[in-house]
Amino acid sequence: MTIDTKEKKDKINSCKKKVDLIFRDQDINKVIDRILEISPDNIINEIKDSGLRGRGGAGFPTWIKLKGAKEIESDSRYVVCNADEGEPGTFKDREIIEKNPEKILAGMTAVAKAIGSDKGIIYLRAEYNYLLEDLQKKVELFNDRLGRRGFDFTVEIKSGSGAYVCGEETSLLESMEGKRGEARNKPPFPSQSGYLRKPTVINNVETLVYVEIILSDGAESFKKLGTMDSRGAKVFSISGDTEVPGIYEIEMGMTLKEFSDLFGDRNTKAIQVGGASGFCIPRSKFEETIIGFEGIPTGGSMILFSGKRSMYNILHNYLEFFVEESCGQCTPCRVGCQQLLKGIESIKKGIKPKNYIEDLLDLAKTMKITAKCGLGQSVCNPFVSIVENFREEIIY
Amino acid sequence: MINLKINNTEVSIKEGSTILDAAKKINIEIPTLCYHEDLCIAGNCRVCVVEQKGVNNLKPACATPVEENMEIYTSSNRVREARKTIIGLLLSEHNNDCLHCYKNGNCELQTLAREYLVDSDKYINILKDYTIDRSSPSIIKDDSKCIKCQRCVRTCAELQDVNALCVSGKGSEIKITSFFEKPMDSIVCTNCGQCVIHCPTGALIERSYIDEVWEVLNNPSRHVVVQTAPAVRVGLGEAVGLEPGQSLTGKMVTALKMLGFDAVFDTNFSADLTIMEEGTELLTRLKKKIKDNENVALPQFTSCSPGWVKYIEHEFPDILEHLSTCKSPQQMLGPLAKTYYAQKMKINPEDIVVVSIMPCTAKKFEANRPEMYSSGYKDVDYVLTTREFGTMIQQAGINFESLEDSECDSILGKHTGAGVIFGVTGGVMEAALRTAYEIVTGREVPFSNLNIMPVRGLDGVKEATIKIENCRAEWKFLENFELKVAVAHGLSNARKLAEQVSAGKSLYHFIEIMACPGGCLSGGGQPIPINDEIRKKRTEAIYAEDESLEFRKSHDNPEIKRIYKDFLKEPLSHKSHELLHTVYTKRKKY
Repeated sequence: MTIDTKEKKDKINSCKKKVDLIFRDQDINKVIDRILEISPDNIINEIKDSGLRGRGGAGFPTWIKLKGAKEIESDSRYVVCNADEGEPGTFKDREIIEKNPEKILAGMTAVAKAIGSDKGIIYLRAEYNYLLEDLQKKVELFNDRLGRRGFDFTVEIKSGSGAYVCGEETSLLESMEGKRGEARNKPPFPSQSGYLRKPTVINNVETLVYVEIILSDGAESFKKLGTMDSRGAKVFSISGDTEVPGIYEIEMGMTLKEFSDLFGDRNTKAIQVGGASGFCIPRSKFEETIIGFEGIPTGGSMILFSGKRSMYNILHNYLEFFVEESCGQCTPCRVGCQQLLKGIESIKKGIKPKNYIEDLLDLAKTMKITAKCGLGQSVCNPFVSIVENFREEIIY
Repeated sequence: MINLKINNTEVSIKEGSTILDAAKKINIEIPTLCYHEDLCIAGNCRVCVVEQKGVNNLKPACATPVEENMEIYTSSNRVREARKTIIGLLLSEHNNDCLHCYKNGNCELQTLAREYLVDSDKYINILKDYTIDRSSPSIIKDDSKCIKCQRCVRTCAELQDVNALCVSGKGSEIKITSFFEKPMDSIVCTNCGQCVIHCPTGALIERSYIDEVWEVLNNPSRHVVVQTAPAVRVGLGEAVGLEPGQSLTGKMVTALKMLGFDAVFDTNFSADLTIMEEGTELLTRLKKKIKDNENVALPQFTSCSPGWVKYIEHEFPDILEHLSTCKSPQQMLGPLAKTYYAQKMKINPEDIVVVSIMPCTAKKFEANRPEMYSSGYKDVDYVLTTREFGTMIQQAGINFESLEDSECDSILGKHTGAGVIFGVTGGVMEAALRTAYEIVTGREVPFSNLNIMPVRGLDGVKEATIKIENCRAEWKFLENFELKVAVAHGLSNARKLAEQVSAGKSLYHFIEIMACPGGCLSGGGQPIPINDEIRKKRTEAIYAEDESLEFRKSHDNPEIKRIYKDFLKEPLSHKSHELLHTVYTKRKKY
């Protein structure tokens, strides 16, 4: 570690926005005691009060999912932990799964209690199969522990098969049912008709841990962190041109200026907020951009680009990724991604005129409003934000 | 009821309906590609997107349920531009060689391209290298025309429960293929052609034999005879531009004569013959079971539908003895043309060519089965679909609508109403009951005007029980016997009944199965499009034809009486077994 890097680490550690909720040591038994005591309605109210929104990226208020699933008449309900962490540049769930699986399981237990479910499933991305053995042991111990407490809720693990789209909740459900990972039509939403067409609450790994933390510490202490629209803290996966890549839990609501001062290499040209499907923000907009639901939301992926990076190569790389990872069922996403990729290549080679980029921008915007699921809808985010902010690099 | 506004017009429609349904109610047709009323909703092509006031993303009309006070716009600029973009995208990965496409003029993508006037060079051509799968004698699969709407996949899975077609790959590599990407002739495909009539483009079409048929028609040394299946006459009108629901037997025969066929026969005749053979086979099985206490396979399944036959061979190879040994009417007429007719007319059977016109693509496969050479020659040489027949009529410049009626040729042309109703689900059962009941009791079936209503209609599985009373002396063992029958159409329905038989739990004695939903009248070789409204119109036309005929029971057909007297002797005779019955093949699933 160079002196510089050490200085940086110290600076980050002393940052007042850095928090320690997710990875702190905790007596899980006590939290479970509390979860088993509290009534389902109070669990939902506590989460509602905390202002917790989904940490996978979309930021849907967590309590609404719970309420929805609870209120639908059904003989069974499911709690699903979305551990299909596939967004490029995201690796925080892996750390949580390795270090704090009990907290995830406690969070799932709270959701189960809230909605009246006796079955939980962790959908683990194929690339994390090396975690399976350990996680399986922890899950079994946890199941036993809950069983002894007389609470009827067991968790199992299902492995994904490597498709990015299965992080999208309805594709994940299809995959769990043994089918092709393809998005379903919404409505019905998973909380109405999810796994095996039963009401299902699907939450990101990190969201479930925050559920556990909120029930352990109370909504008030969670609410103290963050901003009006973005309560609490968030775990970030920081990569790219930085001397201090890694996983950091930070209070919500930081500006990109503050962020790049902490993590940048003094030559940060742009930051990709939210991974390949997120937005690329140029340095000129760092000051005005808040990381959070009122600004640019993120599932945790923060990729820093320094001046030496070619934005064309970055966009090209993202589009190649989407061409391959689109499930292929809907026209805008399947064909649109290929057209965007071929389009920028053709402009670069001079086969298409420079102003063809306008057609491509229109196409990307149409994909956003017509694609079937979040994958196809979000291709527009990197495309438009990179092209509009770095047009010269793309077309010349 | 849900109240909403579409283009500022108020609509009331029952809860659970979609925006697409609601728009239809006020006479607005929203364009669709992946949608088909026979199938579950996919919502993947996205051409049906509409705008909802207050909502940023457009919504797929086919997949979005109506909500109270929703305000929908179906032709706003955003909607029009989005649809144009989507159609443009589809065209960019599509083989746009429409002029050489079999579906030219009857392609849903082509229609939309014309309606939305998409710029030809807006997007980069990304059509992939492709090969056309011509391995099957029935169906050609051309991936370059495929728009990945998955209508074929849903058809094969939902309507037919065959699952021969599936999706593989993702993103730009997605394709419609088969298990392990085997060619069409090496998979569980039943050749039913339902995928063909549900395909919006030319990606799945029948293998055409039009040129071969013209070739023999123009060869003076060949004596070309033709047979037309019962359902062809109620579909043909649509193939030549007329409204659905007209039975056009007379004009059809005239057109065939104009095309140059040397004799025009009717598969309805051999349908009557099938009833004689298959009805007798059923009574024989019942006799063995009840009177002789022999171990005999009951229920007996019908075997007229070659899609069903291949399905049971793949899926239920252990219950093949339940399948009637009767060939289908097509394959009964073929060998009779090359034996009975050849002898009567003193024509060398080697010179006879039998062409059949069928509502079916599986019949093409059936004619090529190795068992089908019982005349000493290939019993049926070429099989055309109703659609191919329509094309030939157009190629010959025949003004079909103005044609006079004419009649089929003797001695394989006369038919009864019982033969006609083979074209509709329940028809074989009804025809069989009309004859079998009368053989056993000497009286007509106890249904008003011979119409056995319980086996009619579009329910997936139908059943009926007929009590047999006051039998003739030789059938006394059937006195007070309750004959239980069932009818299923669409292979997913067939599976239910076959599973009961396979488990030894079937309550029935006789089961009619038609591979295609609705029966042959909406077979894979019939005009496109198909939907329940068209099925009903064709059904009405068939029953009207039945009621209009002089004879309505197969055993009353004078030409049937004659062929037994002059040639076959009696049902299940040695000659019958030689020419009219067959054996089946146990097949694997993969």
